[in-house]
Amino acid sequence: MSSPLAIETEGLVKVFGDTRAVDGVDLAVPAGAVYGVLGPNGAGKTTVIKMLATLLRPDGGSARVLGHDIVRDADEVRRHISLTGQLASVDEDITGRENLYLLGRLLGYSRTQAKDRADELLHAFGLDDAATRLAKNYSGGMRRRLDIAASIVVTPELLFLDEPTTGLDPRSRNQVWEIVRALVGQGTTVLLCTQYLDEADQLAGRIAVIDHGKVIAEGTSAELKAQVAQSTLHVRLLDPDQRGEAERLLTRVLGEPAHADTDPSGVSVAVASPDKAAEAIGELAQAGLPVAGFSLGQPSLDEVFLALTGHPADAEEETVA
Amino acid sequence: MSTSPTTTAPSVNGDGPLTADHQQAIHAALVSGTRPPRASALTACRMFAWRAIVKIKHVPEQLLDVTITPVLFLVMFVYLFGGAVAGSTQEYLQFLLPGILVQAVLFTTVYSGMSLNTDMTRGVVDRFRSLPVWSPAPLVGAALGDIVRYVAAATVTVVLGLILGFDAGGGLPGIVGAIGLVALFAFGLAWGFTTLGLVMRSPNAVMNTGFMGLFPLIFLSNIFVEPSTLPSALEWFVGVNPVSHLVDASRGLMYGDAVAGDILLVIAEAAVLTAIFVPLTTKLYRSRS
Repeated sequence: MSSPLAIETEGLVKVFGDTRAVDGVDLAVPAGAVYGVLGPNGAGKTTVIKMLATLLRPDGGSARVLGHDIVRDADEVRRHISLTGQLASVDEDITGRENLYLLGRLLGYSRTQAKDRADELLHAFGLDDAATRLAKNYSGGMRRRLDIAASIVVTPELLFLDEPTTGLDPRSRNQVWEIVRALVGQGTTVLLCTQYLDEADQLAGRIAVIDHGKVIAEGTSAELKAQVAQSTLHVRLLDPDQRGEAERLLTRVLGEPAHADTDPSGVSVAVASPDKAAEAIGELAQAGLPVAGFSLGQPSLDEVFLALTGHPADAEEETVA
Repeated sequence: MSTSPTTTAPSVNGDGPLTADHQQAIHAALVSGTRPPRASALTACRMFAWRAIVKIKHVPEQLLDVTITPVLFLVMFVYLFGGAVAGSTQEYLQFLLPGILVQAVLFTTVYSGMSLNTDMTRGVVDRFRSLPVWSPAPLVGAALGDIVRYVAAATVTVVLGLILGFDAGGGLPGIVGAIGLVALFAFGLAWGFTTLGLVMRSPNAVMNTGFMGLFPLIFLSNIFVEPSTLPSALEWFVGVNPVSHLVDASRGLMYGDAVAGDILLVIAEAAVLTAIFVPLTTKLYRSRS
């Protein structure tokens, strides 16, 4: 055993009618980091989270959360996790402070402790001014912050975040990201479901890509990118007339067919690693083919997703309850 | 992309800034969020009842329909039909008031189902269900909170009745006893509607189905007319209708000639409703996706 696992699932299955919403999911989520579950709407992400948070009973397979079986020890699991659902899990008909106070009391704080805790969290999340307003009158970003604050009334060992930034403007999204980083910095494990590739890229240490209820790829963001496509080296020559010569040299050095760009002095070629790219640039200079500039393009996670699933990340709009 | 620690936290206004200070405060809040001992089932129920009452406090208008309906019914029936049905409006008021009290409170039980259904469509139930608390607590607490509605509806009805000239032979203890008994029965009946609230797809469907079930029980009872004036099949139904039993017991308490057997029958019926529908509601609530 290397690092302890926060979540371990084997062949997790959930069936709704004829649909196998989750169709044999194996996950090994290391403790103390953000683990991304990436997939389009309807891929089964929310269903996985709901099973792990003991809200749904699996129809097959098994899962252990922080060492506790999600079916047999459901109550023990609930003691160590928090859930921030896809729909903001706040009570819209009461105020922000009342939301936090209610949860504090339900989690076992005394009246005074719960009040103090509510105020501490409201302040930390920049909601002091909105404390006595009904949550239904909050903006999307404020509601999401209240939602996350509600999830850490007692600091959880494991936090489920289901699409925390869906529908948020970029500024609010950045705030949520900052909060997630702060949580992980403090030792909480976060299981982050998202359909946004850049979000997984930004936050998650490891990522599982889910499509149609199955894990179709797993690894770090870099591994996933490497698994799918090589980087592309773009070179701009000082002298456009030398382009043919440069193409032949790059093809020979890198073993991949180089080709001309639309830019009259540009050449592109696939390259296995940055080292190889640097070597090729050096060869060009030695051969008397001066370079005006070059860039090494990493494939984006979007391209990775497209390559893995055969469809773009946001192509499917159906949702599964 | 690097994920090196950011020193430039976004400083924004309007929505409430989240600055470097907030970052530190979040860290501090995480450190101080130590786990207290588990809340007792009683505390959990009490807190969910508190939630229901706080909601009423924020939007007191939601009590309007539960209080205006009985007022309309009472005034309309007494002055429109009183003379025809009982010879005089005053005599009819005397007959009708305990029944209107029952009707007013039982109508509000449908709201228990509607509000649970509304909750289920929102994310907050997912949070409640993932908390380490006694799992039926949200349901029991809500049911206790609903007693506020019952008492509001009952109080308005009785006060209006007294103003119009109702003669409460049982005095204040009789009135309080009747309200208590009606609230007890309503508590049991409301569980039927929370079960419905978990089966139906929308709050409107709960309301329509709920009232469809409630109307025959209310109108085919002894609230409005003496059962002896009815055709025999109807008279039989009115006789076995638990609402009639509740009305009998309430009349007894408010007139001051209560019969213990009537009261015990109502308590037993409330217990049966609770025993059937509490486990059903709880089971549905737990297994709900």
